[in-house]
Amino acid sequence: MATETLTAVATAPGAGPRRRRGGVRGNENLAGWLFVTPVIVILGLFLLLPILMALWVSLTDWNGQGSPFTGDVPFVGAHNYTQLFTEDGLARRDFMTSIRNNIYYVAIVVPAQTVLALGLALVVNNRMLKGKSFFRSAFYFPSVTSSVAISVVFLFLFANSGAVNALLGLLGIDGPEWFADSRGVLHLLLGAIGVDTPPAALTDGGPFGLTWWDWLAGPSVAMISIITLVVWTTSGTFMLMFLAGLQNVPVTLDEASTLDGASRWQRFRHVTLPMIRPTTFLVLTLGMIGSWQVFDQVYVMSQGDPAKTTLTPAYLSYRTAFRDFDYGSGAAISFVLFLIIIVLTLIQRRALAERDTGRPRRGRRRRRVPERS
Amino acid sequence: MAVPTDRPAATPTRGDQRAARTLATRFLGYATLVFFGLVFLYPFVIQIGTALKTESDAAANPLSPFPDPLTLAGFERIFAGTNFPLWLGNSLLVTVLVTLGRVFFDSLAGYALARLRFAGRGGLFAAVIAVMAVPGVVLLIPKFLVLNQLGIYNSYAGLVVPLLADAAGVFIMKQFFESIPVSVEEAARIDGASIFRTFWSVVLPMAKPALITLTILSFQGSWNEFPHSLVSVQDPDLFTLPRGLADLVSGSLGSGTQYPLKLGAALLATIPVAIIFVMFQRYFVRDANDGSDKG
Repeated sequence: MATETLTAVATAPGAGPRRRRGGVRGNENLAGWLFVTPVIVILGLFLLLPILMALWVSLTDWNGQGSPFTGDVPFVGAHNYTQLFTEDGLARRDFMTSIRNNIYYVAIVVPAQTVLALGLALVVNNRMLKGKSFFRSAFYFPSVTSSVAISVVFLFLFANSGAVNALLGLLGIDGPEWFADSRGVLHLLLGAIGVDTPPAALTDGGPFGLTWWDWLAGPSVAMISIITLVVWTTSGTFMLMFLAGLQNVPVTLDEASTLDGASRWQRFRHVTLPMIRPTTFLVLTLGMIGSWQVFDQVYVMSQGDPAKTTLTPAYLSYRTAFRDFDYGSGAAISFVLFLIIIVLTLIQRRALAERDTGRPRRGRRRRRVPERS
Repeated sequence: MAVPTDRPAATPTRGDQRAARTLATRFLGYATLVFFGLVFLYPFVIQIGTALKTESDAAANPLSPFPDPLTLAGFERIFAGTNFPLWLGNSLLVTVLVTLGRVFFDSLAGYALARLRFAGRGGLFAAVIAVMAVPGVVLLIPKFLVLNQLGIYNSYAGLVVPLLADAAGVFIMKQFFESIPVSVEEAARIDGASIFRTFWSVVLPMAKPALITLTILSFQGSWNEFPHSLVSVQDPDLFTLPRGLADLVSGSLGSGTQYPLKLGAALLATIPVAIIFVMFQRYFVRDANDGSDKG
C-alpha cells in the first residue's frame, strides 16, 4: 500500500506538526461538530429519543389510538412490569414461556455453533489440505444471506414432505411434523424411558406461574428446526473468528510439541485451546448476545406456534404490541430483554478489555511473522 | 521453508507410520470438508432445483436437485401473480439511498472523531460505542413510536431515513482514518485547503478499502433488513423484498403450498448478495476479523 511512502513524507516537515495555530483550532471545533451533526441527528432521533418514548409508553396502557403523549392515555406506573413477574395471569405465563423457550434455545445454539465453528476452523486451517478457501467461503456464505430468504428455504426443508424427513426416511426414521409438533424434547426423552405421566410433584406448582413440568419440557420439536437453521447460518461467521485466533498460534509451538511426542488431542487440548481462549470467550459471549435477539426466523417460520413453544421475548414483545395492541406491555417486555442483553454485553466488553490490557498486543502480532517462508 | 519438517529418518518403520498417519489425516480432512460443504451448500442446490420444479414434483422428490419436468411456471407466477417487481423496486431504492447515506455520513463522522479536535469528541465517541451495543430487536416498538409521532410512518421516508447512519460504520471509518498518516492532510491544510476540501479530495481517496468495506456492509445490511420494514410501513405498496417474502410465506398466496414459487422468490432475493459476496469476498472476511485473510 501507499502508506509507506506517506510515512516517509510524514517525517519530513519536522517534529511536532500536530500543534497548530489557534485560528485553525477554532475552525476545527466548528467543522468537527458540523461533520458529526448528521449522525447525531439520525441516531438521536431514531435511536435515543425512541428509547425514551418507549420507556414512557411502557408505563402506560396505550392501545395505539392517537398519540401516547397526551393526558388521555392511562398511566399505570410499573404495572406492565409487575404483571410479567408477580401477577398470575396470561401475560406472565406467556412471558415466562418465552423466557423458557429462549433459555433452551441459547443452551443448544451457543454450544453447538461454537463447537461447529471451532471444528470447521481447525479443518480449514490445516496446512496439509488444498481448496480450503473454497470451503471457507462455502461455510461462510449462509451468514451473509437474508434471514427471511433462508427461513423460507428451511420451511421447505423441514416441511412434512420436505428434504429433512426424506433424509430421515432413507435412514428408516419416520420424521415428525416439525412445525406442528409442540412436544418438548426432554418430555419425549422421558417418554422414551417410560415416564409418560408426569409425577404430581412436578405438576402441582413451580416458579413464575409455570409448573416445574413445563419448565423442564426442553425445546419443542418445532424449536429444534429453528435452532438447526440458526446454527447453520451463524457457524460460518464464528468460524472466521476462530480462524483469526488460530493464526495467532505460532506454527513453531505446534511443531515443538509434536517433536516432544504430544498426541494430536494433547496438542489441541494443551496448546491450541489455551492459545485461542480469548477468541473462544468472544464467540461464546457474542453467541449469547445474538441468541437472545432471535426474531426474524420466528416471525417467518412459526410465529410463536405451535402451542407457544417457539415464542421468544423479542417476538412476544412484537406480538403484544402490534397484534394485541397492548403497546405498554410490549414495550415493558422489550426493556426486560434489553436489560438481559446489556448485562451480557457488559460482561463481554469487560473480558475483552482484560484481554487487551492483560497481554502485550505487539507481542501477539509479531508471532505471525515466523510463518513467512 | 526455514523449518526442517523431516529429521533424518530414525528407522524406516517409524517413517512409514508417519506417512500412513499423514495420509489418514488428509483423507479425514477432505472427508470432513466435503461433508460439511454439502451440509452448507446443498440447501441452496435444493432451493435452485425446487424453484424450477412443478408443485407435485417438489412435494414428491424434496431431496432431488433435478427438476422433472423442468418448468419456469414458478418464476412466471412470481412476476405475474405477486407484487415481486414492486418489492424489488422498493428494495433497490432503499438499498441505494441507505448505502449512499451511510457511506457519506459515517465517513464524515468517522473523520471528525479520528482527526478533528473539538470539544466533546471523547464523549461522542463513547456514545457511539454505547449505541453499538443497543440490540436492534428491542427497538421495534420505539421506532414505530417515533415514526408515528413524526408523521412519517408508512412512507418511504420512514423506510429510509432512520437507517441513513449507523454507529458500527462510524466506528469502522474512525479506526481506518486513524491508521493513515496525518502529514498529507496537513500539507493540504497548510496550502490553504478547507477542512471539508481536505477530507473530500485528499483523505477520502486514500480510504478506498474502508469505503468499499462500508459500502458492501451497508448494501448487504439494508438489502436484507427485515425488522425495520416491519415496523415502519404497513402499506403493501411500500414492502421491500424481505417484507414481501415474509408476507408470501404467511399465507397471502391462497391455496396450496406453492413451494417452487416461494423458493424461487427467495432465490431471486438472495442473488444480488451472492454476486457481491463472490466478487468482494475478502471485504466480507475483513469485516468478521481484522486482516487475517490468508489463503
